[in-house]
Amino acid sequence: MIINNKKARNDIVLISAVILLALISFFAIYLNRTEGGYAQIIQNGVETDVYPLDKEAEIDIPSDNGGYNRLIIKDGCAEIVSASCPDGLCISQGKVKFNGETIVCLPNKLVIKIVSGTDPDVDIIS
Amino acid sequence: MIAISSTLAMILSYLESMVPLSFAVPGIKIGLANIVIVFVMYRLGIKQAIAVSFIRLIWAAIIFGSFATFVYSASGAVLSLAGMGILKLTNKFSTVGVSVAGGILHNAGQIIAAAVLMGTAQIVYYMPVLIVSGLATGVIIGVVAALTVKKIPKSVI
Ligand SMILES: [Zn+2]
Repeated sequence: MIINNKKARNDIVLISAVILLALISFFAIYLNRTEGGYAQIIQNGVETDVYPLDKEAEIDIPSDNGGYNRLIIKDGCAEIVSASCPDGLCISQGKVKFNGETIVCLPNKLVIKIVSGTDPDVDIIS
Repeated sequence: MIAISSTLAMILSYLESMVPLSFAVPGIKIGLANIVIVFVMYRLGIKQAIAVSFIRLIWAAIIFGSFATFVYSASGAVLSLAGMGILKLTNKFSTVGVSVAGGILHNAGQIIAAAVLMGTAQIVYYMPVLIVSGLATGVIIGVVAALTVKKIPKSVI
């Protein structure tokens, strides 16, 4: 019984540490976020296009597997409104507008990523 | 015994794939099969749990076929098994603590694989959500596993 109590106590310590870690990482992300300027389209890990967030747009992004994702840019946010993927998870991820935020569609190997400039890789190097 | 457990793990994975769990991060499953893995780890041992997990992975690869899916589930399974095995060996945690570690590492492994495969490190932004969901499912799975270890007579499995 004493052993079990010890184990239960260790469990609680572990769970508390995990909650703390989640809170810290949440606030670290929340406090550091800034509104982005562009929605970067990444397919199979390669940037294929980029759209400014301040200009309304509706774009169908075709994927290699013959499918598509419909991206809408409105009010400074990017959002997938319809897609051919079976899970529809990219749609349920909702609107993104902060730098570094992403919408991921695994079946269509698509990532929509919010960035500050049109070519963030160059920014990092310079 | 390993055969029965593996079959059970497969059935649970299959059931899980039937229920579309809408969640922030694509491809992340709650890992119902982990109930069986934790049970086997406590009832039969770590090696047996690794065997069950391995059989389930191969089976999932054959059924679902996609290489990406296999990489996700494999990296989740390997990290989660390693973490749970280590915690189990310390003998300082109950099934709940062990499966919480398993649940979080399962998600972490999948997110790392996704970040590598999709070529974007930004997916780590989902980490807080994943930690919390891994924690929640870990607690549930730990409690269920503890109950099954206690209630299922040794003569059955
Ligand atoms: Zn999708």
